[in-house]
Amino acid sequence: MSALYEEIQELKTRYPDWRSATLPALRLAQETHGYLSPDALRECAEALGTTPAFCQAVASFYEMLHLEPTGRHLVEVCTNVSCALVGAQQVLEGFERELGVSAGQTTEDGEITLRPAECLGGCGWATIVAVDHHYRTHVQPDDVPAIVQELRDGD
Amino acid sequence: MATESPVLVLAGADERDLTKLSEYEAIGGYAALQKAQAMAPNAVIDEVITSELRGRGGAFFPTGRKWSFVPKPEQNPNPHYLVVNADESEPGSFKDNEIMARVPHRFIEGCLIAAHAVESKHIFIYIRGEYTGPYEVLVAALEELKGQPERLGDVTIVLHRGAGAYICGEETALLESLEGKRGQPRTKPPFPAVQGLYASPTVVNNVETMAALPAIIEMGGAEYAKLGVPDSRGTRVVSISGHVERPGNYEIENGTSMRELIYGLGGGVPGGRELKAVIPGGSSTVILKGDEIDVAYDFDSLLELNTAMGSAGVVCLDDRCCMVQLGIRVSEFYEHESCGKCTPCREGTRWMTQILRRLESGDAVQSELDLLLDVCDRINGKCLCPLGETAAVAVASYVDKFRGEFQAHIDEAGCPFGESSPLHGALAPVAVHAHRRPAEVSA
Repeated sequence: MSALYEEIQELKTRYPDWRSATLPALRLAQETHGYLSPDALRECAEALGTTPAFCQAVASFYEMLHLEPTGRHLVEVCTNVSCALVGAQQVLEGFERELGVSAGQTTEDGEITLRPAECLGGCGWATIVAVDHHYRTHVQPDDVPAIVQELRDGD
Repeated sequence: MATESPVLVLAGADERDLTKLSEYEAIGGYAALQKAQAMAPNAVIDEVITSELRGRGGAFFPTGRKWSFVPKPEQNPNPHYLVVNADESEPGSFKDNEIMARVPHRFIEGCLIAAHAVESKHIFIYIRGEYTGPYEVLVAALEELKGQPERLGDVTIVLHRGAGAYICGEETALLESLEGKRGQPRTKPPFPAVQGLYASPTVVNNVETMAALPAIIEMGGAEYAKLGVPDSRGTRVVSISGHVERPGNYEIENGTSMRELIYGLGGGVPGGRELKAVIPGGSSTVILKGDEIDVAYDFDSLLELNTAMGSAGVVCLDDRCCMVQLGIRVSEFYEHESCGKCTPCREGTRWMTQILRRLESGDAVQSELDLLLDVCDRINGKCLCPLGETAAVAVASYVDKFRGEFQAHIDEAGCPFGESSPLHGALAPVAVHAHRRPAEVSA
């Protein structure tokens, strides 16, 4: 059995019912496969003891679970009110220029996906940019090239 | 300057690194848990009832009373669950983020006190999926606590990460999500206290509510109830953001004036600009005009102005901001986050966005302003949960308080503010989703 299968078995033991392991299992499957591909959903369903359709139905509800391929890196710019008030849109446009893509798209080399995000819960440290799910605070348009360079240089 | 507010929830966090167990113990950490564990569960509930603590998530329900609804184990033999709502997602609120990141042990201590009170052996902390930082802090804190089995006793704590859905902050949607389903709200009754997680008695409490408990047990409910004002006792961690000099989280005594929050703690509006409007308790609350801030920040005082403390997210907007643009951005948020279960919310929020967009572009005719209010009215009170309703009430309040500005968009066939408003063109996720190409599936 795959490592993912084993890890999902462990997840199931934490809860009174296997169903509660669905979200963490989907997250793990996504981390393993890059996104929730049909194969990933099948493997996840098998480990949980349910159907791929159930897994897909649940996954499609949640913003952080991706049923389509995304870039290896994910850049999310919060554009909700508090961030927008202090220039989040300019930060988002800075990323669009630097990456050569529109918000919502992935760079041609499949490396970086850029998305606007709903309130990330860091309003007092606006603009918040989540880079691979780690928050950068007080981001200004001038900071954008360095963040992109860091992602391109990294690993 | 800052008033001399008692600091309870965030106490000591400026002086010490309270993410470390040893540092937290050095300031008396976990003594309250020990004290509570020596008390009968009912005595802990009574103490919290005496403190008049009310839920800090937004609904402000009396915490002790909520606990008292939970049947005793002999009345209902099913396992009892304590579920902590750490799914903070209300635009404007970021207090739970800071509480978990800076005083994780005080938060966990509060969870253990609550679990003792409701006789639960199972704690689930449902933490927002995006909160990687606080999650990692809590993982480390729980790891440290494992070395002290006498504190945990036979209680297990599971950190459960959400996956990105605002609606899961609503308690029944959260329970659905925790059961591994799409996070769609349930009908109430039955209430979670009777039939919650897996149809068992369940208490759902907010992070800040938990973090307030150690101080209440330590000082006693009666002492805590001396802080604040009637109906709003104790302290509150308030998130201040938007157009202020010093945005951030501030712990205040309930009843502090909003002017003090914005001009004292927050340092006022940058650039000497005028304060145009304030969202007092997260984007779900009725907006206040800049001249309405001479009001105490507490439940009753804000209720008199037809608004609420909500989740204590105070968002300040200066005089450059267009209220129609604000309406669009707020409406798009709720449109995106509507779970789709109730038609008035699912369709209504989209209608609201469409009408607001026509107003902004100058394409709207006079009747559409009334249509907007009519759509709001048709959402209000007609859904299972408050999501659509709060969107409708919030946007209707922008029209109500800034009617002239909305009218000007029609009269001038366009936006009087245009690009000079900081909210101009803010791209919401819903706008991107709508244009997303279908996935290419290989054969």
